[in-house]
Amino acid sequence: MALLKATKLSKEFGGLKAVSNFEVTIEKGELIGLIGPNGAGKTTAFNLLTGVYEPTTGEIELDGKSVVGLKPYQITQQGLARTFQNIRLFSELSVLDNVKIAYHFHVKYNILEAVLRMGRYHKEEAEIEKKAIELLEIFQLADKKDEIAKNLPYGDQRRLEIARALAAQPKLLLLDEPAAGMNPQETQELMKMIQWIKKEFNLTILLIEHDMNLVMNVCERIYVLEYGSIIAQGTPNEIKNNPRVIEAYLGEEVESC
Amino acid sequence: MKKNKQMWLSIVACIMVYAAVQALITFDVIGPFWQLNIVLVCINIILAVSLNLINGFTGQFSIGHAGFMAVGAYVSAVLTVKFQFPFIIAILSGASAAGLLGFMIGLPTLRLDGDYLAIATLGLGEIIRITILNIPYVGGASGFMGIPRYTNFTWVFFLTVFTVLFIRNFINSTHGRACISVRENQIAAEAMGVDTTKYKVLAFTIGAAFAGVAGTLFAHYFYIAHPASFTFMKSFDILTIVVLGGLGSISGSITSAILLTFISAALADYPEWRMIIYSLMLIILMIYRPQGLFGNREVSLKFFGKLGGKKRGTTESN
Repeated sequence: MALLKATKLSKEFGGLKAVSNFEVTIEKGELIGLIGPNGAGKTTAFNLLTGVYEPTTGEIELDGKSVVGLKPYQITQQGLARTFQNIRLFSELSVLDNVKIAYHFHVKYNILEAVLRMGRYHKEEAEIEKKAIELLEIFQLADKKDEIAKNLPYGDQRRLEIARALAAQPKLLLLDEPAAGMNPQETQELMKMIQWIKKEFNLTILLIEHDMNLVMNVCERIYVLEYGSIIAQGTPNEIKNNPRVIEAYLGEEVESC
Repeated sequence: MKKNKQMWLSIVACIMVYAAVQALITFDVIGPFWQLNIVLVCINIILAVSLNLINGFTGQFSIGHAGFMAVGAYVSAVLTVKFQFPFIIAILSGASAAGLLGFMIGLPTLRLDGDYLAIATLGLGEIIRITILNIPYVGGASGFMGIPRYTNFTWVFFLTVFTVLFIRNFINSTHGRACISVRENQIAAEAMGVDTTKYKVLAFTIGAAFAGVAGTLFAHYFYIAHPASFTFMKSFDILTIVVLGGLGSISGSITSAILLTFISAALADYPEWRMIIYSLMLIILMIYRPQGLFGNREVSLKFFGKLGGKKRGTTESN
């Protein structure tokens, strides 16, 4: 059974069809890329999948259950976490607290136990702290755990956002342009890291990216979006040679010069 | 017990402070004027810390705190005056009534953001006041008189300690972190699985309930509950304390409540200069410390421990 299945998804803003007939099927353990020219509707598609927008028509199934109409936090609790194109950290908080917040809905102790510092409070808080630090270690941020998130260098902020998304313990991770603003070397490291976390955390990943080098190298399958519709899908090699994709990116060929 | 060491230490420290002040009161070292101000300081701390939970930690700009205080004051006064209930039940009922109102009002209004929420809560405070003004059962415009003086230093002190501990422990838990995440970035908070509406309403309810406690203490100290005590100016006074101390700092709110109440008391002898000096001080502070006295940092025993630790560290390296 597919982990994520979107069928005939569309979103209209007034008269503008931002996404129409969007269809993707992601199997467990896949690493999928979603590409397309600027304004093709990639981020809108992400926002539909994560519940930020409600689709005008269509169906989204996560792990066999429909998630249409659920609030973003409910979808996250169903096992789908995301990062943002323009980084959205809790910028005034420490690196550690950023990650701790993502464990929120896994915590079982209630408000009374928190206020009285009794019951499960100490055990669970210690557990969260330990897990959060382990996660930060993986992302080489453990030594910066007490720094305020907004003071981190750009690349660290990107990694922290991914770490935070992983702390929510998702089945499916959505990355919205993870390499945006990174230099080639940082992108290389990011590529390795994405593949590594996929294996380590047993994840399924869907990523939007403009960096073709990254997409072609790490993704197993690629969907191409243009004007809100999927125009092609296939392995990186198929996509590279697909005339419709080339047309979408470079324009039509002019007959006989 | 060991894990709660810090909390027990603070409780012991509080009891010592209590014993010292209570002794001074019993031996008449502290006269009635300063006793009054000490009670006011405690009530202001309760108000400021509870408003800080809403404004500072959850980032929902509310300026209707005096309204919830009024609800607590009147509900508890009705219970003690008309039905002769014991004080503790009056406090609990005052808190519950204010909390319930906060919950009911919070659900619709917390959909609003920023300025709009501020205006809505400002209006709410006034609606509560005008409503009370028009209920003859509780004295209407002439105020609710004949309230017994149940509030004494013991009550206010321990309820203040309880409020501060409650809100501090709440903030330092996953539930508190969820509130803070709402302030920091609502979209990211949702994406991390935090039910933002729930936590906004929760913070609002808890804040309102403690305002109700403060209102109860207030009415049962001054023998009277009067609508004129709960105007929007009162809300602004509380807001001033919170902003001055630092949005998101409990110790800031406490320091600033003590500071402002005592400055206001010390200037009582110069009524014509009082407001000028008071506002000048605020202006100067806002120019030099726009983030408030403490910003969003906390001063705690741990902080002093760290200082001590560092000092020891340096001597060792020498």
